Amino acid sequence: MAKVIVVTSGKGGVGKTTTCANIATGLAQREKKTVVIDFDIGLRNLDLVMGCERRVVYDFVNVLQGEASLKQALIRDKRSDNLYVLPASQTRDKDALTQEGVGKVLDELKESFDFIVCDSPAGIERGAVMALYYADEAVVVTNPEVSSVRDSDRILGILAAKSRRAEQGEEEPIKEHLLITRYSPRRVSIGEMLSISDVQELLGIPLIGVIPESESVLQASNSGIPVIHNEKSISGQAYTDVVARFLGENKPMRFVDEEKKSLLSRLFGT
Amino acid sequence: MSILDYLLRRQKRSAAVAKDRLQIILAREHSDRDGPDYLPAMKRELLEVVSRYVEVDLDKIQVNLDRDGDCEILELNIMLPEGEEPIKHAAAQ
Ligand SMILES: Nc1ncnc2c1ncn2[C@@H]1O[C@H](COP(=O)(O)OP(=O)(O)O)[C@@H](O)[C@H]1O
Ligand SMILES: [Mg+2]
Repeated sequence: MAKVIVVTSGKGGVGKTTTCANIATGLAQREKKTVVIDFDIGLRNLDLVMGCERRVVYDFVNVLQGEASLKQALIRDKRSDNLYVLPASQTRDKDALTQEGVGKVLDELKESFDFIVCDSPAGIERGAVMALYYADEAVVVTNPEVSSVRDSDRILGILAAKSRRAEQGEEEPIKEHLLITRYSPRRVSIGEMLSISDVQELLGIPLIGVIPESESVLQASNSGIPVIHNEKSISGQAYTDVVARFLGENKPMRFVDEEKKSLLSRLFGT
Repeated sequence: MSILDYLLRRQKRSAAVAKDRLQIILAREHSDRDGPDYLPAMKRELLEVVSRYVEVDLDKIQVNLDRDGDCEILELNIMLPEGEEPIKHAAAQ
């Protein structure tokens, strides 16, 4: 049975698009047929992060409005056979999405894919609700920072009230996962940043992973190759672990503690 | 953490402050979200009435709606400023 996963957060700039690109790539690396959809209509970015921006011909809105078939609009990833991207439209506004239209496209995709990963726009309005409406599971991306935690909490309220599973009531509710991104163990250890357990306690949903803040993420989006392809990057490895946990494997959290330092650097905090 | 950082620290760590503030605001937002639709308006009006009698900061007033079995309990908590005269006595019985 195909699974619909929404990557959501409320707040912008916390790492949703980065997470979508990496989870989708990771699932494809694990031989799962995966499509990743950009719901950020008007502000398309997933294509850049995935490195397929020059191959966009048709987009999600074209498909919804019957101007192109899914087959025409889906872009096959250069690096993995199992991965496809459905880009957002840059010219239309977010009202181009209708609940019924999105439902039809998802139903058609479910016939040929194992996973459908939805990249949500920021906010808690229509566009964000559209992206989460049909979800079976939700990855709530949170930075260890006050406004991000508060917005994640609000998105949890919306998942519990406005999604299809919530409205219909007879099915299980959406399965929620907390993903903490841009985590800095050093700043946590000096008391400047909320810790993993702080965020977990505040939001009260199970943790699927912690992605450390790292320069390799920026380098990856600069080159359009998701960081999960970079085996040397700790963020890439952390995303690989997230995908494994998603598939039911038990992986201990890595890169969550400060590196051991010499006595001198401990003294002077270099 | 560097030992110098530790020795030099006087204030409460900012992460702890962040956590405390979030705990309070999330609890309040949950009670708004899960409570009946009239709750926010009722809260505002209650606050209006209270502030007609005593000068009190908004964050010194807590309105909570709790459920206890079949019963709903509206809890109104007001921290009155110490040693201050009420604004008006006229309306008191
Ligand atoms: N783990 C990380 N370390 C460093 N930078 C990151 C990390 N995750 C995301 N970023 C950066 O943060 C910015 C916003 O990320 P993005 O995925 O576009 O967020 P969103 O889709 O939530 O708006 C980008 O510049 C991205 O490269
Ligand atoms: Mg984005």
